[in-house]
Amino acid sequence: MRHPLGNKLPLLALLLAIAAASLTLSLMIGSVDIAPLELWKLLWRDDGSTHYRIIHELRLPRSLSAFGVGGVLALAGLLMQALLRNPLADPYILGVSGGAAVAVLGAMLLGLPFAWQAPMAFGGALASILLLFSLAHSGNWNTTRLLLTGVVLAAGWSALISFVLSLSPPVQLPGMLFWLMGDLSDALNPALPLAVLGSGLLLALWLAPALNLALLGTARAAALGVRIRRLHVFIYLLASLLTAAAVSIAGAIGFIGLIAPHMLRLMTGSDHRILVPGSVLLGGSLLVLADTAARTLIAPMQLPVGVLTALFGVPLFLFLLNRGTVGRQS
Amino acid sequence: MSPPVLTTRKLSLHIGRTKVCSNLNLEIQPGECWGILGPNGAGKTTLLHVLAGLRPADSGEILYGRRQLPDLSPREQALWRGLLFQDGLGGFPGTVFETVLAGRHPHLGRLGWETPEDLRLAQAAMDATGLKGLEQRNVSTLSGGERQRMEIAMLLAQAPRLALLDEPSNHLDPDQQILMLRLLKKHFSDSGRAMVMVLHDINLAMRFCDNLLLVRGNGQHRSGSVTGVATEDNIRWLYQHPVSLLQAEGTACFHFL
Repeated sequence: MRHPLGNKLPLLALLLAIAAASLTLSLMIGSVDIAPLELWKLLWRDDGSTHYRIIHELRLPRSLSAFGVGGVLALAGLLMQALLRNPLADPYILGVSGGAAVAVLGAMLLGLPFAWQAPMAFGGALASILLLFSLAHSGNWNTTRLLLTGVVLAAGWSALISFVLSLSPPVQLPGMLFWLMGDLSDALNPALPLAVLGSGLLLALWLAPALNLALLGTARAAALGVRIRRLHVFIYLLASLLTAAAVSIAGAIGFIGLIAPHMLRLMTGSDHRILVPGSVLLGGSLLVLADTAARTLIAPMQLPVGVLTALFGVPLFLFLLNRGTVGRQS
Repeated sequence: MSPPVLTTRKLSLHIGRTKVCSNLNLEIQPGECWGILGPNGAGKTTLLHVLAGLRPADSGEILYGRRQLPDLSPREQALWRGLLFQDGLGGFPGTVFETVLAGRHPHLGRLGWETPEDLRLAQAAMDATGLKGLEQRNVSTLSGGERQRMEIAMLLAQAPRLALLDEPSNHLDPDQQILMLRLLKKHFSDSGRAMVMVLHDINLAMRFCDNLLLVRGNGQHRSGSVTGVATEDNIRWLYQHPVSLLQAEGTACFHFL
């Protein structure tokens, strides 16, 4: 008898190919276009040309960062959806990025140096998570309450963001808005997002069988021998740390965490041993493509990538909803 | 002699203002089939979950074999007892086969990867419950009765020593009720394991169980063999409703007036 995962492996191979293709595309196009053959040579050999520097100092770091951040966002979304057993759960909807945004905008308003932004974002995201946790977790774990508390917290952060924006001097507004919309133009050190992605992926793969059981509900998972409380806390912390890391690197980029897991569920069902690596590959590819579009569509101007993920994400999500998967699963 | 599959000593439990039981002493031996009966809201489901170790009792002890329930790891508990839930399954449903296969979880190794033997047992459980051919269907497209049989298949795949069943006949047509209860009985009590089921239908309980536990919802209980416990007096006491026992051709059944 064939293992049910056996016929899903080709999909992972396909996603791997898509990831490679989107990374290649992102290296080829931009202010100067570089042909595939030249790109291949330049990847390995420094010929002292400007093209070499464009690839190695600008495009490659940025694309790898985009892939790392996209993968992290998709993974965080997938974990939150498993935790809350709700296809709408996503760290952004739960107000985590709102908390980060308030902290960063506050730092900008106070005129703190640029280097403070990432730590402030991380701290803001964690503070929002702790607040959500303490507000929603008094006594027992109730996913509806957690989701509702998160949505209300997000609304509160959004009001605070408007408040800070209205206080800010006009010179600072463009920078603030770019950060709010999510932007990868400063993310030129891919080591951090890729390291976060790698460790998150390993942990999530290790958890995957238990995540499958968690989908059956708390009582059923416990009856089948899962330490469900411990698992819930662990998923929650992992998803939160991943989100905090992504927000501190690239600002508030929405929809990747919602869209990537959904497209995959549509294609393969709900086994996390496929969903985890698949979401990472798909989320990474989507953000690489979106970022490539963001820096080329109206060149030489650059769009914040969060605008594009939302512009594409909204119709895509509505399409998936119409196909009935999201609605049926909730 | 092997120890009882399940023992309770001086078990007391209440939910809100309802006293489910106080000082309940039970010994469920290998091969036995117990029925739990009681009026709505008496706490039968809660009692079953306590026996499964999913929630604590107020006081008293529960033993699986010779070991205290809290001393067993969640996985050891899942190998010893399985639970058929009354409420439906929510969340993101996968295919029927994947869901039945989830029942094998306590048997899997560290990596959580199913062996061919696990796949075979899951398939056998699907065949036994009449679900052959529905393997690739999405759970959300099943009818209520098919879903109930899928949950029974999941429990068969889990293959615990003790089956705790919360209204196993729910959603099933009359013929399927008999078929599924026969199947469960063959798998659990007839093979030297044991089963405990919460039932609404006293007549089904009389037909399939050899022992009964009546919980009244005020802390009082009566327990023992079916012949000793299923009397007109006891059933009238239990439901506070007039009943008469009709007997014909070696079978007996309660008629609620």
